[in-house]
Amino acid sequence: MKRFLAWLLLVLFLFSAPLLAASKSIILATTTSTVDSGLLDVLIPIFEKQTGYKVLTIGVGSGMAMAMGKRGEADVLLVHSPKAEEALVAGGFGINRRAVMHNDFVLLGPLDDPAGVKSLNGAKAAFGKIASGGVFFISRGDKSGTHAKELSVWPAKTVLSNLWYLESGQGMGATLMIASQKKAYTLSDRATYLSFKDKVKLVILSEGDTALLNPYHVIEVNPAKFTKVNAEGARAFSDFIVSPAIQKVIAEFGKEQFGGSLFFPDAK
Amino acid sequence: MQNNFLEISEIIFLTLKVSGTALLISVVFGISLGFFVALRTFPGKKILVTAINTGMGLPPVVVGLLVMIFLWRSGPLGFFEWIYTPIAMVIAQTILATPIIAGLTLATIQSVPQKMIWQARALGARGWDLVWLLVRETKLSLLAAVMAGFGGIISEVGAVMMVGGNIKGETRVMTTAIVLEAQKGNINFAIILGVFLLALSFSVNLGLTLIQQKVRKS
Repeated sequence: MKRFLAWLLLVLFLFSAPLLAASKSIILATTTSTVDSGLLDVLIPIFEKQTGYKVLTIGVGSGMAMAMGKRGEADVLLVHSPKAEEALVAGGFGINRRAVMHNDFVLLGPLDDPAGVKSLNGAKAAFGKIASGGVFFISRGDKSGTHAKELSVWPAKTVLSNLWYLESGQGMGATLMIASQKKAYTLSDRATYLSFKDKVKLVILSEGDTALLNPYHVIEVNPAKFTKVNAEGARAFSDFIVSPAIQKVIAEFGKEQFGGSLFFPDAK
Repeated sequence: MQNNFLEISEIIFLTLKVSGTALLISVVFGISLGFFVALRTFPGKKILVTAINTGMGLPPVVVGLLVMIFLWRSGPLGFFEWIYTPIAMVIAQTILATPIIAGLTLATIQSVPQKMIWQARALGARGWDLVWLLVRETKLSLLAAVMAGFGGIISEVGAVMMVGGNIKGETRVMTTAIVLEAQKGNINFAIILGVFLLALSFSVNLGLTLIQQKVRKS
């Protein structure tokens, strides 16, 4: 019995020792689009190598990411929900909000376009047609940046009835899969759509409207408000992602695989 | 392919590390608790037994939510900085597996004929002697309890996703990796991971079963 306990303690110690060592880490709360598109898989290793920080990337919707910022549960945010971001900074929870990059949203639907939105001009008109068209629309429904954008595009007084308006409550990738299976319409950021193009039966039916621009910002969580925030690490990441060299990496990302950039650098 | 292989082996190693650690802790706590409740009488025993039985069916996402709230920086245990680490996952899985093992241990010990316990006591078995005797008598069922506990945590996804954050190379285990790959549309990779998870579960249970059946023969 004693020997067994000794072994047990040894095993526990061996397992836990390396876990306790990682103190120089930062928590990055970000959107599913930066994770699902694979961009962070490229950027994070460069950052970790350059600075020695360990990045804990939590890929959630922008809403959840900002909620984490508001509670001081994250150190730095990379998000795309401008109105909510401004409120976060105005409330003193975030500092040093800087533009990182943008892409745009596209309205997707089945190839045969049963609602007939392809010929319409502008995103609002297309959304209006879907609301009256007897087709399904899959919403993220998770307070993400995409969800916020989608809600802002519906024409005033549109009733989002659950007869045709379905909320997936999941990330962009999962929502695309659902829309494809249900032959429904959905709004997606271009980056995630391009990286899923081969896996879903959805085509772009409306694009290019300025209402569909999708800007990403980096925000550091205010260390004056939360003492546990790793301010140095957050600043290091924030400086890193807007640096000229990394902006170039962002511009190049995806060109080889998808034949076009997924994100366009915005840092000044 | 080379990369995939590396990634899979990393995920398998982490899965074994997290679930293995959680199982070890749960076995110690669960079996002790089961024995204690089965052999002692104390006020509120029925309530505790009910609580353990309820715990056998704890919804993993509720456990995940609670552990997350406790471990958050702003939470009561935030100063440990355990959230989004394998430790947080071990805690969640231990909370899930301990009641399963405790409940099955309790049922096992309570089904030992009372006469046998009286007899052992009459022959002078006390404390640890009695426990040891019961362990030897009920080895088969106790190992089944361990297997049930293992099955409960190796297959769990909701809680570890919430408290671990599914961070690549850090807290991404088989189940959360499968969810992510399926969401990303990499169905083939998800299926490969699924096959590996089944194989892993099978081999661990095979090991335990071999011990169990060997015990039966001797």
